[in-house]
Amino acid sequence: MSKHILALVAGIVLGLLIVAFAVFYNPFVSEQTLSPLAVTDNELVQLTYSVAAADAIIYTNDGESQVSPYPPKVEQLWEPTLRSTTATVNVLEDSRGRTVGIGVKFASKSEETSILDGKALVDSVWHIYVPERGSLFIQQQENYWSYIHNIVFPAYRSSGDNWRGRWLGNITAGPGPLGTGWVAGGSGEFEGIDTAAVEALSAQAYTIEQGPVAMVGELTIELPPVAVSTTEQPQ
Amino acid sequence: MLKSLIIGIFLGLVAGATAIYFVPVVDQARERSIVEVTPNGGNKEVFHANIPDDRILIGAPDQADPVPRGLEWPRDELFANARTELFKLRNTNDIVVGIASRIAASGSDGSLVEWVFHLPARGSAYILMRPEVEDQSFRDGELRSGTREFADRVGVVSERWVGDSTGAADAPAGRIELSTSFVATPEDES
Repeated sequence: MSKHILALVAGIVLGLLIVAFAVFYNPFVSEQTLSPLAVTDNELVQLTYSVAAADAIIYTNDGESQVSPYPPKVEQLWEPTLRSTTATVNVLEDSRGRTVGIGVKFASKSEETSILDGKALVDSVWHIYVPERGSLFIQQQENYWSYIHNIVFPAYRSSGDNWRGRWLGNITAGPGPLGTGWVAGGSGEFEGIDTAAVEALSAQAYTIEQGPVAMVGELTIELPPVAVSTTEQPQ
Repeated sequence: MLKSLIIGIFLGLVAGATAIYFVPVVDQARERSIVEVTPNGGNKEVFHANIPDDRILIGAPDQADPVPRGLEWPRDELFANARTELFKLRNTNDIVVGIASRIAASGSDGSLVEWVFHLPARGSAYILMRPEVEDQSFRDGELRSGTREFADRVGVVSERWVGDSTGAADAPAGRIELSTSFVATPEDES
């Protein structure tokens, strides 16, 4: 009798492992590596920032997560309504590495997360100010499934509790129909514009203890074409 | 015994798939919305941030007492006329329901005062305020864009400083009160 119970328990564990394996290596989940904005003819604004918490101006979360808040004395988001939320303030640089602005990012785990569909979703917004140019608001849903698959899981499997390599991937997964985020311009040259944006990560190092160590985030914002009147000017 | 093993595998598969499908991975904590319906004015909701308790960041150059302690605000001349602040946001029951950023700046491209509210269980709102203060007491603004609950909404927001009137020793110095009044756009109603 006890042999039958042992076999049953072993079978249940095996069944659970098969489900976990099938979900993790789900062949129907595809990775989006090409930016939907790669083929646009419109002007693009590129803003980069370091994803490492210690490189941020401030980074805060519930204080019990893997990545520690920075600076250490920053107020933590320990309240029940904020426990799944992080807030980061970063210096933003252009593609030449020049400081151009400040970006505030709020990110919360999304209730639309679906492991079966390969969706590890985060609802995030950016509040960006670029002096002498203007301000922007970006809303997006990010999917970290590929990131977890290619970086976090290998780091946990590694004997050194870290991952090193080269990984480049888009994390923006919506709400735009092509997997882009939505941008609302606030002031300056961005005033009134409604356009699309994509956020990508370029990762080189990740540790279990500190999270992202060498990782750059890149925001690509499409600027709508300036309307040009075709009416001839009166002579 | 083989039969038990096969039954076990089947049970494990069913249990695993059922758990993944039905058990929510993320379940955000929610507070009851405290909304007042105003005649022809949409849904009015008031948020506030207690000062200094709810202040997470004062991002401005040359602060004698930086918030948070240990903050290294970029010394770049580019940010000389900008001020970035982060707050926890409370409802009228004084319960924290979200987080907010406020950016105020002046430059050759004009002045701006903006808020972004982020309520994890409800959505986010981007609000553009008029830089000038009305009646020396409050500042008006409009909802520019929003997500989820605040998507497809139009409306106004006012910001004002309310000093503490209780005089209690442990009372905050005051609060920044943000009164929102949003209504669905015609497209959203149809």
